[in-house]
Amino acid sequence: MFTVLHDLVRYNIEFAIGLGLMTAIVIFAGLSFVSPVDPTMVYLAIPDQPPSAENWFGTNSRGQDLFWQLTFAFRNSLVFGFTVAILSRIISIAVGLTSGYVGGWVDRSLMFVNDIFVAIPIFPVLVLFYFVFRDDLDSFRLALIMACFGWPFDARLIRSVAMGLKHREFTRHAVFAGMSTRKILFEEHLPYVMPIIFSTFMNNMLWSIGFEVTLAVLGFTDINEPTVGTVLYWANSHSAMVVGVWWWVVIPIILVVMTFLGLFLLAVSTNEYIDPRSRLRRMGA
Amino acid sequence: MTDYIWFLAKRAALLVAVIFFGVSAAFFITHLSPIDPVETALGRISSQASFSPQAIAEMRQTLTELYGTDAPVLSQYGNFWRRLLVGDLGPSLIAFPTPAMTLVMQAMPWTVALLVISTLITFVLGNLLGGLAGYNQNNALFKSLGMLAISLQPIPYYVVAFILLILFGFVWPVLPISGGYAMTVTPGLNLPFVLSVLNHAILPALSLVLVGFGSWFLGMRALVSNIVTEDYVTYAELAGVRKSTIVGSYVMRNALIPQITGLAMTLGTVFSGTVITEEVFNYPGLGSLLIDAVFEGDYALVLAVSSISVVAVAGAIFVVDLLYPLLDPRIRSE
Repeated sequence: MFTVLHDLVRYNIEFAIGLGLMTAIVIFAGLSFVSPVDPTMVYLAIPDQPPSAENWFGTNSRGQDLFWQLTFAFRNSLVFGFTVAILSRIISIAVGLTSGYVGGWVDRSLMFVNDIFVAIPIFPVLVLFYFVFRDDLDSFRLALIMACFGWPFDARLIRSVAMGLKHREFTRHAVFAGMSTRKILFEEHLPYVMPIIFSTFMNNMLWSIGFEVTLAVLGFTDINEPTVGTVLYWANSHSAMVVGVWWWVVIPIILVVMTFLGLFLLAVSTNEYIDPRSRLRRMGA
Repeated sequence: MTDYIWFLAKRAALLVAVIFFGVSAAFFITHLSPIDPVETALGRISSQASFSPQAIAEMRQTLTELYGTDAPVLSQYGNFWRRLLVGDLGPSLIAFPTPAMTLVMQAMPWTVALLVISTLITFVLGNLLGGLAGYNQNNALFKSLGMLAISLQPIPYYVVAFILLILFGFVWPVLPISGGYAMTVTPGLNLPFVLSVLNHAILPALSLVLVGFGSWFLGMRALVSNIVTEDYVTYAELAGVRKSTIVGSYVMRNALIPQITGLAMTLGTVFSGTVITEEVFNYPGLGSLLIDAVFEGDYALVLAVSSISVVAVAGAIFVVDLLYPLLDPRIRSE
């Protein structure tokens, strides 16, 4: 495990950059645990102060210190992305492994459902859910809904690997040894798809945080919970750019772009690591 | 040929299934909503003037008949399908009593034009440059393009559109950042109007192209860099086939087949992106209409926009799937 990590950092500049960016963001989000201020309180500081030694990221028009506000926002957004990624990974592993191993009509019907989910435009659907739940649409509910839509692409990917594993010698041994299908899938095949799961995990987090930001900026989530999207929502509703409080918009955007870039670089570089040919090319062999 | 018919039949079945499930989901989600369209409409009407209780009761009865909300949900569902097939989804609230369908049809051309043009630009540009980058792997220009693609690709539609809005709205205000055309021109087929529309479309289209470009570029580069190591490419090079023929007909054409499948699979996502971008730039398409409808609690319009979106995206995916055999001779000849 550690040699893999070491190799990746050494031979793969993208992985190193991605890891660096994500470590910085996670540490930043972790600072929220030692925050001296409550993120839900307003008018605790002088409003509209530009970044200074006292307020590193300045303060916003609601009298909140942006540095501490953003630590909470990133914690919540990362936790949100993590929840969606875990839940949708569970669905995609179950569907992908079953579909690939069992085959036949099970495979065909699962992939048919898969294709339906791929074709439905998700943004109007999410907006519909907001239309129903209104202000009850908290992070957790949104995460549940998004997880239901975040699995189809990855399930197809896992299925293609599982189809290959089905015809390998060790699968046949396991069948003859009397292992149950469930056991074969989770004990024999799951380890082989772990790298894919890791790489799609990052992509899925990226996708879900992106939608969370979009929905929140439009005011379609619980706007009192600090997330990356709601920080921008409040900035917009106070016309921060027009009034000249640029740091309220620019700093969150820089941080969120760092997050997206970090997650994406981790995803592509692990994806490349899975393919031994490109790994050898990188190492100069 | 039988293969092609079988392929078509499967795709048509998928088209029907997507429309059925998508539209049903939209119907049932909105009918779980605590919002009663009749009460919302009444609230809107009675906020502008005072009415006698009797007049309100009569209005309530008329509106209930209009929306058919007193029937059980399942019969409403049946009615909904019947009305969707003839294109009548009831009056909207935002612009009462204009039918919701009329509003959707007014917004539709804007979204379709923006989506089609930006998808075409993105697809052609991304695949062409990606293919060339895969073929010329050590070229510095293509390497830096690859870096650009990697750094743009992960950023979601909203953030890119928002950054462009800040750049061209506050930092360097040269392009219009809101609306579909200037207030000073009269809509119709005249030069000022067309120019104004194009001018207003630059930023929304640019943000869609910027986001979409990366994935096509990276995908095509990966595909092509695998294909160029194939024996038949080496053979063609040794046989002295012109380089442009090798890249165009031998390499890119083969790599394009999975990319077309990819185009069909990403259309749903791209549609969501277009809707989001429209909202940022206040573009008069389906996106802005949907958001307005949600803010106003406009039941009929929300349902109309989302059902039509599902139908339109499923239809577009079907059309792209039909293109597939044109590119892949294996399906055609068998």
